[in-house]
Amino acid sequence: MAQRVGRISPFNITALALGMAFLYLPIVILIIYSFNASRLVTVWGGWSLRWYHEFFNDRAMLDAAWMSLRVAAVSATIATLLGTLAAVGLVRGERFKGRALFSGMLYAPLVMPEVISGLSLLLLFVALNAERGFWTVTIAHTTLTMCFVTVVVQSRLASLDRSLEEAAMDLGCNPVQAFLRVTLPLILPAIAAGWMLAFTLSLDDVVIASFTTGPGSATLPIRIYSEVRLGVKPEINAICTMVIALIAVLIVIASLASKLSSSQGESAAPP
Amino acid sequence: MSRQSPEIDIAKIDTATPVAPAAAAAMPLLRIEGVSKKFGSFRAVDRLSLDIKAGEFFALLGPSGCGKTTLLRMLAGFETPDEGRILLGGRDIAPVLPHERPVNMMFQNYALFPHLSVRDNIAFGLKRAGMARAAIDTRVGEMVALVKLEGMEKRRPDQLSGGQKQRVALARSLARRPKVLLLDEPLAALDKKLRESTQLELMELQRRLGMTFIVVTHDQEEAMTMANRIGVMDAGRLEQVATPRDLYEAPASRWVAQFVGDVNLFDGEVTSREQRHLTIATGDGGAIVVAEPSQPVTETAVSVAIRPEKVKLSRHGPASDAGSSQAINRFEGVVTDVSYLGGSTVYKLKLDSGAVVRSSMANAARLDIDVLSAGQRVVAWFAPDDCVVLER
Repeated sequence: MAQRVGRISPFNITALALGMAFLYLPIVILIIYSFNASRLVTVWGGWSLRWYHEFFNDRAMLDAAWMSLRVAAVSATIATLLGTLAAVGLVRGERFKGRALFSGMLYAPLVMPEVISGLSLLLLFVALNAERGFWTVTIAHTTLTMCFVTVVVQSRLASLDRSLEEAAMDLGCNPVQAFLRVTLPLILPAIAAGWMLAFTLSLDDVVIASFTTGPGSATLPIRIYSEVRLGVKPEINAICTMVIALIAVLIVIASLASKLSSSQGESAAPP
Repeated sequence: MSRQSPEIDIAKIDTATPVAPAAAAAMPLLRIEGVSKKFGSFRAVDRLSLDIKAGEFFALLGPSGCGKTTLLRMLAGFETPDEGRILLGGRDIAPVLPHERPVNMMFQNYALFPHLSVRDNIAFGLKRAGMARAAIDTRVGEMVALVKLEGMEKRRPDQLSGGQKQRVALARSLARRPKVLLLDEPLAALDKKLRESTQLELMELQRRLGMTFIVVTHDQEEAMTMANRIGVMDAGRLEQVATPRDLYEAPASRWVAQFVGDVNLFDGEVTSREQRHLTIATGDGGAIVVAEPSQPVTETAVSVAIRPEKVKLSRHGPASDAGSSQAINRFEGVVTDVSYLGGSTVYKLKLDSGAVVRSSMANAARLDIDVLSAGQRVVAWFAPDDCVVLER
């Protein structure tokens, strides 16, 4: 059996190569062309860092990138706070009637088409006469990403043994101390993973941001989108490459954190 | 710091409040008065009353779902009684929250904090009590020595074996020197050999510390081995509270007789009484003569319980010098089943009257020349004194 599993047939190699190419070839081409010296996107003119240089001198693009990072950081933080509280309430609130209904409602943004959430948020902000800009995008992204944080934290919390908190209370903690000293350290990796998920989701959102942002406060994806409509500049490739790098790093950190989280709290054999 | 004294001074780790014998007799350490707990319409604990004296090793024994863990959790404060009172040292502890009770619990799955080392697990409760750092170090050192975990202080729970985890959990729950230690199935996760040695260690520890232990278990052997007194629970009620010996030799009900150990039961009716002996006509066992119980039997419909090891068995019946009174209850039948268990052998007989009787005989000699096998005709007999009469 072990031999069969370990054997790599030509079919397997072909399937793997095609699958990977399907997923990553466009990204690889984009990354390679970001180092293109030529002004034309489709013509290779030798290696160069010219377009990276260009980006760091492009005021409007830099503003958009800075705006995106701020929105992502602030909305991810708020979403993590609210999402964690929601997860705690849904998992631990035994006396909380209608838990099933609330968790169903919480997951609605997961399946809701973004155009609909974006439009409804726009209508709300217009009705409230809110000035659209940084805060409206941040609030919109918080509502988008909070459910993702809740899902991640909730699954960790549900797998956590309830008697740990009881043991903490038995040993002199009031319920709040028990949560802070025992539960929180144990779900912290899941909270961190949830934050990073929220951050990346916010960073690459175009639809909701374009509904809820105002003049002069475009996020990076919106900026890129509008530039591309006028023709793809190699500078866009450079920006995209940097965004991909940032997101890849965050995803690696998030998956390491959640791996750490799931290996803790479960008994393993002694070494 | 933690290892300044290799020998632990027993007197130093005594319980915080030694109770004078006279006071203990007047007021038990723990008094449970008519306590009930309902989950929905299900009564997990049903108007239960119980006194536990200071320094006792008490076992709550019962099948799963009998309410024993719920009772323990009410003592710890994780559940609130719907009715009744729980008095600890004369004080009603109903309004006292779990973290303020002078009671600690050892959890069934140990509930060790996975993110803390062995040392920090043991020190957890002491830090919450606001103890000084030096005192915590000393106490942790004592506890580590007490449960023989020296050198493991820096390990995380996932680097420990099952037995070591059990010891950490024990040390952690003892560290605050509770008035009462509650143990929820403390040995259920250990294998048989380790369980037996740990039983003895727990008894030794309890005796040395003079602390009150209440252990919940479904394992009757465990309860019998460790406890001074056992409360047998079924369906939220205490069926009987007695010493291990009384529980086995003088069960209070049919249910207890069947739950604790193995038993042969014959249902019948009292037909005559004469000089401290009752004769009971049983449906399939024939007439059985039993000793008059100390508490007079008021009903005529009764059951006779006889433990298998008290049913003697041989090919030819009792020797003539065995005394006729010892062999009044004499039956003939056929061996249907033989189970060799090492120390003893259990024989299943079908009596000529139709009743099935189990007999357990000690394998006192290595070579048994007169071994009985299935299909053989035998005589079974037992003494009136060995029978227990139970009302149905």
